[in-house]
Amino acid sequence: MASITLDHIAHAYPGAPGAAPHYALKPINHVWQQGRAYALLGPSGCGKTTLLNIISGLVIPSEGRLLFDATDVTRLSTEKRNIAQVFQFPVIYDTMTVAENLAFPLKNRGVEKNAIKRRVDEIADLLDLRPVLGRRARGLTADAKQKISLGRGLVRSDVSAVLFDEPLTVIDPALKWELRSKLKAVHQALDLLMIYVTHDQVEALTFADEVVVMKDGAVLQIGTPAELFERPAHSFVGYFIGSPGMNFLPATVAGREARVQGTVFDLGASYAAPANGAKVEIGFRPDYAMLHANGGIAVQMLKVEDLGRRRLGRFAIGGGEAIATLAADADLQPGDTAGLTIEPGHVHLFVDDLRVEGARA
Amino acid sequence: MMDKPWNNRAWLFVVPVLIIVLFSSLVPMMTVVNYSVQDTMGQNNFFWNGVAWFQGLLDPTTDIGGRFASALVRNLIFSIVILCLELPLGIAVALCIPKQGWKVGATLVLIALPLLIPWTVVGTIWQIFARQDIGLLGAALNAIGIHYNDTQDPTSAWATIVIMDVWHWTGMIALLSYAGLKAIPDAFYQAARIDGASRWSVFRNIELPKLQKVLVIAVLLRFMESFMIYTEPSVVTGGGPGEATSFLSLDLVKIALGQVDLGNAAAMSIVYYLITLTICYVFFTIMTQLDQRKGV
Amino acid sequence: MSLELRNVSLKQGQDSIIDDVSLLFERGTMNVLLGPTLAGKTTLMRLMAGLDKPTSGDVLVDGVSVLQVPVRRRSVAMVYQQFVNYPSLTVYENIASPLRVAGLPKAEIEKRVADASRVLRLDPFLKRLPAQLSGGQQQRTAIARALVKHAELVLLDEPLANLDYKLREELREELPKLFAATGTILVYATTEPTEALLLGGTTATLWQGRVTQVGPTPSVYRSPANIDAARVFSDPPLNEFTTTLSGPRATLPRGGDIDAQSLLPNLPDGIYRIGFRVEDAKLGTVSGAPLAFPGQVAVTEISGSESFVHLDIGSGTWVSLVLGVHDWKPGAPAEIRIDPARIFVFDEGGRLVRAPEARIARTSALV
Repeated sequence: MASITLDHIAHAYPGAPGAAPHYALKPINHVWQQGRAYALLGPSGCGKTTLLNIISGLVIPSEGRLLFDATDVTRLSTEKRNIAQVFQFPVIYDTMTVAENLAFPLKNRGVEKNAIKRRVDEIADLLDLRPVLGRRARGLTADAKQKISLGRGLVRSDVSAVLFDEPLTVIDPALKWELRSKLKAVHQALDLLMIYVTHDQVEALTFADEVVVMKDGAVLQIGTPAELFERPAHSFVGYFIGSPGMNFLPATVAGREARVQGTVFDLGASYAAPANGAKVEIGFRPDYAMLHANGGIAVQMLKVEDLGRRRLGRFAIGGGEAIATLAADADLQPGDTAGLTIEPGHVHLFVDDLRVEGARA
Repeated sequence: MMDKPWNNRAWLFVVPVLIIVLFSSLVPMMTVVNYSVQDTMGQNNFFWNGVAWFQGLLDPTTDIGGRFASALVRNLIFSIVILCLELPLGIAVALCIPKQGWKVGATLVLIALPLLIPWTVVGTIWQIFARQDIGLLGAALNAIGIHYNDTQDPTSAWATIVIMDVWHWTGMIALLSYAGLKAIPDAFYQAARIDGASRWSVFRNIELPKLQKVLVIAVLLRFMESFMIYTEPSVVTGGGPGEATSFLSLDLVKIALGQVDLGNAAAMSIVYYLITLTICYVFFTIMTQLDQRKGV
Repeated sequence: MSLELRNVSLKQGQDSIIDDVSLLFERGTMNVLLGPTLAGKTTLMRLMAGLDKPTSGDVLVDGVSVLQVPVRRRSVAMVYQQFVNYPSLTVYENIASPLRVAGLPKAEIEKRVADASRVLRLDPFLKRLPAQLSGGQQQRTAIARALVKHAELVLLDEPLANLDYKLREELREELPKLFAATGTILVYATTEPTEALLLGGTTATLWQGRVTQVGPTPSVYRSPANIDAARVFSDPPLNEFTTTLSGPRATLPRGGDIDAQSLLPNLPDGIYRIGFRVEDAKLGTVSGAPLAFPGQVAVTEISGSESFVHLDIGSGTWVSLVLGVHDWKPGAPAEIRIDPARIFVFDEGGRLVRAPEARIARTSALV
């Protein structure tokens, strides 16, 4: 069994003398388990790549320890770490055939010839590379090349972890679906610990068992896709997960009720009064808010977007704007007055950007 | 691309260059063509001679033909030898250049130094360097018992010229290769480390293939230049001893200026020019097609 | 102004890069070119801009051929997928560059740059060099440069593809608004169906150098004229199978056949290709119902409020969209049920025979 332990890992670049150091990665303490798939999700500069580089050994953290099982590998070189990595752009060896490319990491480690062949065939089957095994890698399309890169990352069965650094950046949407589900299937078949870095929430949610949402070097929440979607711990998680993200409206709270400039929302649970001066907001997802022709909270329609599978309506409320789903039978136009309803239990309260759990009774 | 400004006055800047090119290469070349098909009895009287000069030149049994053939062979051997030495050496040097820090600049300047020296000066330096009485190289070699005499011994003369060329030009190949190496994304090196590739394997499977395009250019440049070599051997050995280092260009000058045999010299110039052109063209075509075929 | 491509083709040797494309763009419109990589989107844009000349056909502006008019004399601006800025010029100078080339008075340049940098939120960075900016800021600079030019034709070639997901969402919202005010012809190339739907306007679907369909974006989505357009405009990919209709029976992909009226009512005999989108593939436990296709779960992808379940049905893999979080285990038996009213029927040649009736929307979430 292999697990990766991040023991109070942090990375700071030394600041000017006297000044506080600048943390590219704030302290994180977590354990990643064998056979699970994790995603590091966040915007550019959030520290996800720094964390990945710490795991792969390209960056040595300024604080904390990194353990593979019980072994401290914090200062071990990349080669000695027993990891595999797939990069943003395809990395292939031009001089080799597809099969040789796949076999390369095994060959370098002196794996026996028949065992190499068996494993290469297995990986080629998983990734549908069998028909091109004998071809030179350099002439293939970008997505085929990226499949080879993926294959080389997956070919070793003894690795502690396989790291993916935004591997689907160069892939077309339709092929993205194919490769992503393929990757997921491979994960199920191979029982490897996988860590996937991305800024694309769809990729993160669909791929991972658990997602680590990061911003400005800090981990905001670690949870399953459903947890992140249903109960975002931080308003940024609410905004970043989901497309469009969660709506936020400044509010005042009294018991079970939230008031947004005179409009009352039922919170479905009762809350203690937040501290004076705290930033208080309610948040609800467009996916759980419905706009009807009438009934519910009266709001002013601003815009209707037809997304094919569903329509979204942007509306004015309490001096701000929010987005909700249009009911199937609602024929609403900008300027109309619509009725807003929100599924019970899907209005969340955020105090100073952190989600507060209410007392249900 | 869209915002590329366009201005017809730009032509004005090009016109002087066109005029210079016209007078410096086109007109002299036509003169040469003119000489190559005529003969003279002196007093500036020229008469039509057809392709006789060319026939003689290309027939190795004639005096001039034999001279031309052996000089051509000398040229080819020289080009091949220096390419075989400079290419691997240049790549090796490029691989050793530090990747960052102040050492990069210092190393690059050091490597580029020989390239900054005028050809004749290079020749003079080596001519003195090789002397057995006061030259560091010549004197030192003889002192340790190696028979070395670049004015008497053909082997010594060849060795001197080859080493001089390697000294002079390896830097250029190193610089070109270095630029090529710098262009390889870091991900390739990281991937190779993670794949457990050996240093040799990284070179063979990543660096060399990615350098291919740069090396094609380097080989072309070095071939053309070495095939037309004149200044350095003319200063160091003057084509000798005997005819040992008498390359085409040296021979050409001897015939044209020494013997004032304009017809032969003109025909020789043209054939020389065409050979260089053809070799370069064939070489370039083969290299680019090789590249494409691999790409399929 | 209006821009028309009339029977435009472009050949490279034997290969047809653009094949007989006719399109009309009107002033002040949003036009989406939707197609996978190498479908010819960029080439088509180059032809519109005048960077390339078609092998045959004509490009007309306001009814007059402009094939002989060089690019520099056309009123065109272009934004690329890569962030293209002058590396040695500040953001301000980058934005001002097309105006300087045009020789505008200084006051006018200052005003336009100020306007553009305000709406694109570049004010704080005007003195910086492109290398000191984030990807999003660099691309906003490139967009600002296209904006200040007040060009009559603005070509955006996957301008957001290299940006972060959330940033993409925001800029996608802003872009059409920015250019709508200038009354330009806006052409936007993308590979993503969702992006096309969000942008609205008119969509032309491209497939292998041909325009497979043109129309208002939602209606192209709802009734694609042919199977190629339907494929290009489905994300996740369209579920498909082929059936042979003869008399009262229609064959099924797993073998066997079915009462034809239940699948393809009132159609003549022949071979038909059926396509249906993921939201119309109803997943359930195996029931043996007539229009149910049993298989084994290959992968389940959970995406916030919904799950995509990939089912291996023997002849291929279909995807079903399930509301809520459901973790179907790999290998579990399941079936996909289809509703004959919710399928696209194409003939053997791929032309649309029947599309599902327009149904306003569903309550599902789209992540």
